[in-house]
Amino acid sequence: MAFLIIDRRQQGKQKSAVNRQRFLKRFRKHIKEAVTDAVNKRSITDMERGEEISIPRKDVSEPIFRQGKGGKQRRVLPGNKEFIRGDRIDRPKGGGGSGGKASNQGEGMDEFVFELNQQEFLDFMFEDLELPNLVRKQLKDSDSYKLVKGGYTRDGIPARLNVVQSLRGAKARRIALSGAIRRDIKALEQELNAFGDDDESEEQREVSEKLGRARRRLNHIPFLDDFDLRYNNMIQQPTPTTSAVMFCVMDVSGSMTQDIKDLAKRFFVLLHLFLKRHYEKTEVVFIRHHTKADEVDEEEFFYSRETGGTVVSTALDLMKTIIDERYPTDSWNIYAAQASDGENWQDDSPKCRDLLVKSVLPLVQYFAYVEISSQKEQELWQTYTEILDTFPDRFAMRNVSGPADIFPVFRDLFERKSK
Amino acid sequence: MSKRAPISESSEWTFEALEAFEEEIARIAADKYRLDTYPNQIEIISADQMMDAYSSVGMPVGYHHWSFGKQFLTTEQRYRKGHIGLAYELVINSNPCIAYLMEENNLTLQALVIAHACFGHNSFFKGNYLFREWTDASAIVNYILFARNYITECEERHGMEAVETLLDSCHALMNLGVDRFRRPRPISADEEKRRQQDREDYLQQQVNDLWRTIPKKKEEPEEQWPRYPADPQENLLYFIEKNAPLLEPWEREIVRIVRKIAVYFYPQRQTKIMNEGWATFWHYNLMNDLYEEGLIGEGNVLEFLQSHTNVIYQPEFDSPYYSGINPYTLGFAMFTDIRRVCENPTDEDKRFFPEHAGADWLETVHHAMANYKDESFILQYLSPKVIRDLKLFSILDDDADRAIQVTAIHDDAGYRQVREELADQYNISKQEPDIQIWEVSLRGDRSITLRHTQRDRIPLDEDDAKEVMKHVHRLWRFDVHLESVQDEKANLFYHCNNEKVWTESNDSSKTEVKS
Repeated sequence: MAFLIIDRRQQGKQKSAVNRQRFLKRFRKHIKEAVTDAVNKRSITDMERGEEISIPRKDVSEPIFRQGKGGKQRRVLPGNKEFIRGDRIDRPKGGGGSGGKASNQGEGMDEFVFELNQQEFLDFMFEDLELPNLVRKQLKDSDSYKLVKGGYTRDGIPARLNVVQSLRGAKARRIALSGAIRRDIKALEQELNAFGDDDESEEQREVSEKLGRARRRLNHIPFLDDFDLRYNNMIQQPTPTTSAVMFCVMDVSGSMTQDIKDLAKRFFVLLHLFLKRHYEKTEVVFIRHHTKADEVDEEEFFYSRETGGTVVSTALDLMKTIIDERYPTDSWNIYAAQASDGENWQDDSPKCRDLLVKSVLPLVQYFAYVEISSQKEQELWQTYTEILDTFPDRFAMRNVSGPADIFPVFRDLFERKSK
Repeated sequence: MSKRAPISESSEWTFEALEAFEEEIARIAADKYRLDTYPNQIEIISADQMMDAYSSVGMPVGYHHWSFGKQFLTTEQRYRKGHIGLAYELVINSNPCIAYLMEENNLTLQALVIAHACFGHNSFFKGNYLFREWTDASAIVNYILFARNYITECEERHGMEAVETLLDSCHALMNLGVDRFRRPRPISADEEKRRQQDREDYLQQQVNDLWRTIPKKKEEPEEQWPRYPADPQENLLYFIEKNAPLLEPWEREIVRIVRKIAVYFYPQRQTKIMNEGWATFWHYNLMNDLYEEGLIGEGNVLEFLQSHTNVIYQPEFDSPYYSGINPYTLGFAMFTDIRRVCENPTDEDKRFFPEHAGADWLETVHHAMANYKDESFILQYLSPKVIRDLKLFSILDDDADRAIQVTAIHDDAGYRQVREELADQYNISKQEPDIQIWEVSLRGDRSITLRHTQRDRIPLDEDDAKEVMKHVHRLWRFDVHLESVQDEKANLFYHCNNEKVWTESNDSSKTEVKS
């Protein structure tokens, strides 16, 4: 009997990947909702993992014509213990007559549940988001180069030897060097022919000796000389990179309660994750302020618990200074996101507005302000509203009142605008 | 017979051991039991690949569709959570017969699975009349490949969404894509490709003819027009493929593909008990033979018995694990019992089975395998002993009655009734609603009318039916009606037009429907 045993284990296991993607695509609306829910429910340190998604089973069902409940249904069952013919059994509560509808999904759950892996989860989370107004600025001395061919050189590694160019050069050299000799040879040959066949005179011997020497010289011209070798030249070309920096400005003053700080952090965690995932080379500058602003590292930004009064302008001042020092606008896309409860030192708000309008907004591509407050229109909000009209493209502000708002507001701020 | 050394004492399988088992099993299967099989192609796969194989519902290569993704996610989720183990094997009705074996199986299990799939299922595919008449094992892989390429091509040309919704609609009617009483023509991928263009042209032309509206003498009374179709049609997909007024040629082709695949699966839907029973019966016998010859050691045979016992475990109806009758249990019990009736018939057996009590058992099981499907197999061979062993009883659940009634149990008065009702339980045409195409309004609004003939007053599942109505509408593209008929009287009407689906009850005053 002919048979064949094949080991398929090494072959791809992702045969269903396409179908899986199709499924995710078809139910994207449901999945997006579930992802939003999940993001809102999670603790702020726990954003990067997959999620169990449930979709109402009704929505994923594949309907067919099938028999419903009712009518006269007969069934045969195994495991009779005490029944005899003619026994009457009360219907189990709630069930009515079952039968025909034998569940084709195993268990009659109301939800279709499946696992979204981390990759897919983040994809859904940040789908259709982008940094607005991103443009390519000057070629920065970054690490992104690509090698391009750029002519030929005389030296190089054997792997880059260009055979055609080398042989072509060699041939030209051989022709050039041999021209005079060939001419001589030709002349000598004619001279030699002028003598008769049996002429063995002194002259004839001299000519034939000369001819022999000339031919030897010709042979001494090398076929390929070091001098001929040509190598492909590769030059490094800097590729234009879009370099961007995000300023995260967070208020940590005393008026920010722990809850509000958590919300602010949550917002920045999302922002940070988004940048890390989609704009790998983006730099992030963390600024926290109370009456005084400091540039801090990621760790301190999210975990330190220093507090004090509120002077917002200090943060904007610091931001301006950092931009001037480190991020020239001709080579950087500059973004800023500010989160605050909206309270500010009374006289400071006009100063903030002026700072923003005069020094900061002209430099940035986008400035997002998130006010976390359940009462509406705090000090800062009112001041910022005046700016909104002047910079409609670059400036956006949103209010957040609870954890459930964070993700929608985040999405809203960074939604891809159709062009 | 002198005992030979076991093929392997280890529980880890190796390719050499698998080959040795295949060879030995093949020898016994052919010489001792006359099992006729297609050549085997055994493929070792990992758990992930097994989940892939699951989701393409038994086709070696499937076209792409979200529903297969759903299937995959379900399996994956349940497997990860430990709700289900994966099957040890999966076998495809093709020539050569492809069997997938999981790498996780230990050697004994692999031997069992080879006996079960590569000789049990394989010989069933080759021998059973339904498979012989309905499927062509050597052509199926090519055909499915053709279908997949064609559908991919359509997606490129007409957009993924258009193809996907069309497939949704076809899938909804897939079970109604079979001529139950006519044999299908054999399929061939080459033929399909060659004829496809001709067919597209020709079909479109025919359809156009059908709908051509030549101005005729006015005022002809409608009754004089012959009804169309002249007889009710049970194959909805076929009728739609040939007659739906507005389908594009490529859409007709896809309807056809789904229909062909439905035909391929039709025998499997009707032979669950027999197919599993046959395979289990043979793995049990073959493994025992290997043990008797000494090719399987004592330790390994215990492993085999444990797996076998798990496979044929039947929870009782009131157990929380009960989910219907286990086809492995019933099928194995029946084939084993046929052998017993042949070899050691009791008086009762002689009364019930005068034809094969005392006959040659091997001949009898081969005959049963070749010439029956689940329904007729049970009707013919279910013995009182099996009914007693499984303690089968039948109940009647009538919504007009307050209580469920026990109508028969495993006693002399009940054997025949239990047997008949169990057979009905495997009769597709009694378990699935009877829906046929009743009439197409050729002259009027081009609407199509389906008729559901209720059996024992069992209605359609209304929610699902409404959804399917939309799918029919998507294919037919004019109004769709469905009459649910009970005792010649329609008591529920489903309607679907461009915008919505609704039902009309006619319970109080049953109107006569014209027939």
